[in-house]
Amino acid sequence: MATPEPQTPAAAKTRAKDKSPWNWLLFVPVVVPLIPAFYNSDSPRVLGFPRFYWLQLAYILLGVAVTTLVYQLTKKRGDR
Amino acid sequence: MWRDHVTEISIFTALFLLVSAMGFVASRWRAPKDMAHLDEWGLGGRNFGGWITWFLIGGDLYTAYTFVAVPALVFGAGAMGFFAVPYTVVIYPMVFLVLCRLWSVSHRHGFVTPADFVRSRFDSPVLALLVAITGIVATMPYIALQLVGIEAVLKTMGVTGESSLARHLPIIIAFAILAAYTYQSGLRAPALIAFVKDTLIYVVILAAVLYLPYKLGGWGEIFDAADAKFAASPNPNDGILLNANNQVQYVTLAFGSALALFLYPHSITGVLASRNRDVIKRNMSALPAYSVLLGLIALLGFMAIAADVQPLPGATAGTVDNNTIVPVLFDQQFPSWFTGVAYAAIGIGALVPAAIMSIAAANLFTRNIYKEYLRRDATPAQEAKASKLTSLVVKIGAVACIVFLDPQFSIDLQLIGGVIILQTLPAVALGLYTRWFHRGALIAGWAVGMSLGMWMLYQVSSPTRSHFGGSAFPLERFGFDTTMTIYAGFVAVLANLLVATALTLVLRTAQVADGGDRTSPDDYFADEGDPRVSRDDRRGVDPAPESVAGANAG
Repeated sequence: MATPEPQTPAAAKTRAKDKSPWNWLLFVPVVVPLIPAFYNSDSPRVLGFPRFYWLQLAYILLGVAVTTLVYQLTKKRGDR
Repeated sequence: MWRDHVTEISIFTALFLLVSAMGFVASRWRAPKDMAHLDEWGLGGRNFGGWITWFLIGGDLYTAYTFVAVPALVFGAGAMGFFAVPYTVVIYPMVFLVLCRLWSVSHRHGFVTPADFVRSRFDSPVLALLVAITGIVATMPYIALQLVGIEAVLKTMGVTGESSLARHLPIIIAFAILAAYTYQSGLRAPALIAFVKDTLIYVVILAAVLYLPYKLGGWGEIFDAADAKFAASPNPNDGILLNANNQVQYVTLAFGSALALFLYPHSITGVLASRNRDVIKRNMSALPAYSVLLGLIALLGFMAIAADVQPLPGATAGTVDNNTIVPVLFDQQFPSWFTGVAYAAIGIGALVPAAIMSIAAANLFTRNIYKEYLRRDATPAQEAKASKLTSLVVKIGAVACIVFLDPQFSIDLQLIGGVIILQTLPAVALGLYTRWFHRGALIAGWAVGMSLGMWMLYQVSSPTRSHFGGSAFPLERFGFDTTMTIYAGFVAVLANLLVATALTLVLRTAQVADGGDRTSPDDYFADEGDPRVSRDDRRGVDPAPESVAGANAG
C-alpha cells in the first residue's frame, strides 16, 4: 500500500478507472429487494418468521456478498 | 413517576456523563497539528480508517430517531414499516462506486461539502447555493428529531414537568453539553462516542431479540399476535403483509429513501472523513451489519403488540405517542438496570448523529454562504471559527424547534426534508458522472422538483390530518383510476430529471453559455497520497498539501 503514487498527470492516467464488467453485478442486490412479488407472502415460515420478513433479512446477506465479491474481483485489476 | 425509575435514571445519567467526558477528550485523540482548519474540525483530519469510519457512518445513518420511529411505524402499520430493510439493503451496492468518485474529487480539490463540488463542476455559485440551502433545510429538522428520540426515553422514565420549560430542561442540558464538546473537538467527538453508542446498541438489541421471543412464546406467536391485531383494525392498509395498494409505495419509498440518504450533508461528511477509497469500499460491505440491527429493531414493534404494550399519551389530549412503544416495552419486560442501559443507548444514539449533522450544516454555511458571499478572503482558521460558531447556532435552533413548536412540526419537516434533498440528485450524484447537464437546466429542474414535491406532500391526508399526512401520494390525484399510492419524492425527482434533460437539450441547441468545469476526468479516481490541486485558489484549497503528508505518515 505504501508504494509511491504517480505524480504526473500522464502517469496518473494509467491508473485503473473503476471500469470492470463485474460492476454490473451490483445491480442484482439493488433490483431484487425492490420486487415485492418475491417476498410478499406469509408462507413458508422459517423459525416462525413469515417469508416477507426472513427473505428480506436474507437480502442483506445478498447485498454483503455482492459488494464483497465486486470489491475483491476489481481490487486485483485496480492494484497499482 | 420518576421515583419508580431511579435505577434507570442513574445508569442513563452515568453513561451520559461518560460519553460527555469522551467528547471533550476527543480533541486530543489523533491530535492534529492545527485544529484551526475545517479539514480538522469538520472532517476529523480526513484520515479515518476502516473501523472508525464504520462506527462513525453507522452511528450517523442509523439514528436514535430511526430506532424509535421504525418500530413505532411497524407497531402502527405493520409490513409498511419494514421498508427500512430493503431501503438499507439497496443503498450500499447503489452508492458503492458513486461515493468513491465523490471522495476522490473532494480529496483532489479539498471539497468539504457537496455544494463545493457542484460549484466547481458546474461553475455556478447559484446552483451551489441552492444545494447548500437545500442541505441545511433538510438537515435542521433531522437534528430536532434526535431530540424526539431522547424525549421518548425521558417520558417513559417519568422525567417530565408541568411547564414546557421544566419538561424540556433535561434536553436543554444534554444539548448544551453536546454543543460544548462538538465546538471543542469537532468531528472527532462523535467519532469517538460512536464506539460506545454502537456497542451499547448491539448488546441491547441482540439481548432483546434473543430474550423477548423466548418470553413471548416464540416468533410465530409474535407474528400471529400482530396479524390478529391488524385483522381487527379498521385501516385497510395495515397488516403483516403488503396489499395491492401499498406495494408501489413500499418499493418507491425504499428506493427513493436510498437515493436520498447519501445526498444528506451529514452522510457525505462521514464519507469525506475517511482515509481512502479502499476504506469506503470495504465499508459498503460492512455497514449492512447495521441493517440487520435495524431489521431486528423494526420487529420490536411486533413484539410490543404481542406483549400488549400501550403507548404513552401524546402531547395533545386524546392522542397516543407511538414513539414510546420501544421504551415502554423495555420497561415492562426487562430488569431496570438493563432498561437503563437500553435507554442510554437510545439517548447517546441521538447525540452522535446530532453532532455530525450540526457539523455538516455548519460546514455548508461556512463554505457556501459565509465564504462565498460574506467573506471571500476568509483564511482556513476563520473558516473553522465560523463553522464552530454556526454549529452552536444550529443546535440552539434545533432545541428551540422542540421546545417552542409542536414536535409534529419537526416530523413534518423531516418528511419534507427527504423529498427536497432528493432534488439535489441530478447536480450532485449525476454530476459525479457527467457534465452533460446545463447548469441552467439543473436549476430549473431543482425548482420544478421542489414545487411538485411540496405540492404532493401538502395533498396527502391521513386519518388525523388533512395535509402533510405522510409521503404516500394517491395516484388517482393524477387522474389514474386506481387506489395505489406512490412515494412523493420519487415522482418529484423524476419530474426534476425530465425538466433538466429537456431544458439541457433546448439550451444546448440555443447555444446559451454554460459554465466551465474545473474538475478533470482524472480527479474522480484520485486516491490517498495523490497530490491536491490548488488551481482554483479562490476556493481556499490548501496551497501546501499538509494533510496529505499527514495521511502518509499515519
